[in-house]
Amino acid sequence: MYSPMKTFAELGFPGRLIAVEGLDGSGKSTQIYLLKRWLELQGLKVFFSEWNSSTLVKNATSKGKKRELLSPTTFSLIHATDFADRYERQLVPFLRAGYIVLCDRYIFTAFARDTVRGCPPEWVRGIYSFAALPDLVFFFKTPLEISLQRILDGRPKLKFFEAGMDLHLSTDIYESFRIFQGRILEQYLAMSREFNFMVMDANQRAEIQQVLVRKLVKENIDLAGFKRQGPLPLPPAVRKAKKVEPPELVAEEEA
Amino acid sequence: MRKPSPTEVPSRRFYGHGIPGVNPAELAGKLIAVEGADGSGRSTQIAQLVAWLETSGRPTVQVGLKRSTLVSAELEKAQEGNILSRTTLALFYATDFADQLENIILPALRAGFIVLADRYIYTLMARDMVRGMDEAWLKNLYGIALEPDGVFYLSVEPLELVQRNLAKSATLDYWESGMDLGFSPDLFDSFLKYQGRMEEAFKQLQKSYDFEMIDANRPVEAVTRDLRKKISILLNGD
Repeated sequence: MYSPMKTFAELGFPGRLIAVEGLDGSGKSTQIYLLKRWLELQGLKVFFSEWNSSTLVKNATSKGKKRELLSPTTFSLIHATDFADRYERQLVPFLRAGYIVLCDRYIFTAFARDTVRGCPPEWVRGIYSFAALPDLVFFFKTPLEISLQRILDGRPKLKFFEAGMDLHLSTDIYESFRIFQGRILEQYLAMSREFNFMVMDANQRAEIQQVLVRKLVKENIDLAGFKRQGPLPLPPAVRKAKKVEPPELVAEEEA
Repeated sequence: MRKPSPTEVPSRRFYGHGIPGVNPAELAGKLIAVEGADGSGRSTQIAQLVAWLETSGRPTVQVGLKRSTLVSAELEKAQEGNILSRTTLALFYATDFADQLENIILPALRAGFIVLADRYIYTLMARDMVRGMDEAWLKNLYGIALEPDGVFYLSVEPLELVQRNLAKSATLDYWESGMDLGFSPDLFDSFLKYQGRMEEAFKQLQKSYDFEMIDANRPVEAVTRDLRKKISILLNGD
């Protein structure tokens, strides 16, 4: 029904998109933050975007979650709306402007979660077929017990949808979370080959993982091409204020 | 996905996979959708139908666009600023539709109500198609929708629509004129062009979806008579 999805590079975008995926507690956010810092310090054009962060849609999403109004279908659609808003208004313009765009979670999060919630995979993939594939996807793989431990140790208060309570897997929220995360992990692993995930051993120390992340980014993306030309342009207000000063050069010529 | 064989014509089906866990056979009520532009007489006709059905002792429920608990307020707000791009707008409306489908339409049908939809997925699809969205993509998206028992499209000439909208609101609506599409800076021209495009999109959709065209250029009473006749047949048909 849909033509095979292409990466931004294959579609001729000057920018490149790097995504991280993994279970909660896999350390992916830390890794992408460290990658962002490294790229910025080299003076490269970088933009970072997080899953579920469109300001337009956020209100509806948080209301739906707080009041437990979401079904698998509306959960899927509202996240797709959020993604589409960020995709059309931010990701695409930045990629066309030649940025390296870093995404903490991309469409694979939706593929995994919505499928576990019982939405047909073809339907979900069809909906997200407007989006191009990342040029690089890092999947942070941890044994289930480790990521559960990291989450359950650090933040014992779990949210309803986060724990998959809507699936009625267990009346115990922790048990529900365990089962839910286990199923999501299965989905990720099943997608891993199809979407060329770079599978990272998220059991290793953060700094060791980061060395490998940076190496893989350097090997796969010609970073020199993403250098910012000159300093950042001044904000419009400052530019205007500067223009008011009479240019000396003109005065000399007239003399 | 269950595909009906040619010999077995199911009385009730979703266009695609539908809503997970819902068996269409359990939906005893009737779903009737009325489509048409602003000024086509949709609301008037639906009010007439409700009165008529309730008089005959049949319980009804009404749904329409942008009426969900989940996203209607947010969608309204986002539209005011006109900052949504087309995929986002399409998905936002689909979310609104899905929420009403699951929380109003399906429960009411299960309870044997007649559900009157003041516009259904076809208006949404036509709007998105006019804005360049892919038809196959939209069909997949709205595979969640239940096929209505009857869909009536109130067709009115764009010039007649102009007259009715001006008489009613003393202006033409920004969205109903498709001003976001930049056809023309002139509201009047844009309205005519947009409504013409919408009609084309409906004709395109008619190839895959079954709906009846009703000539709504005629007086209200004539249209009401038509609708009642058709709906009577549909209600007593089984």
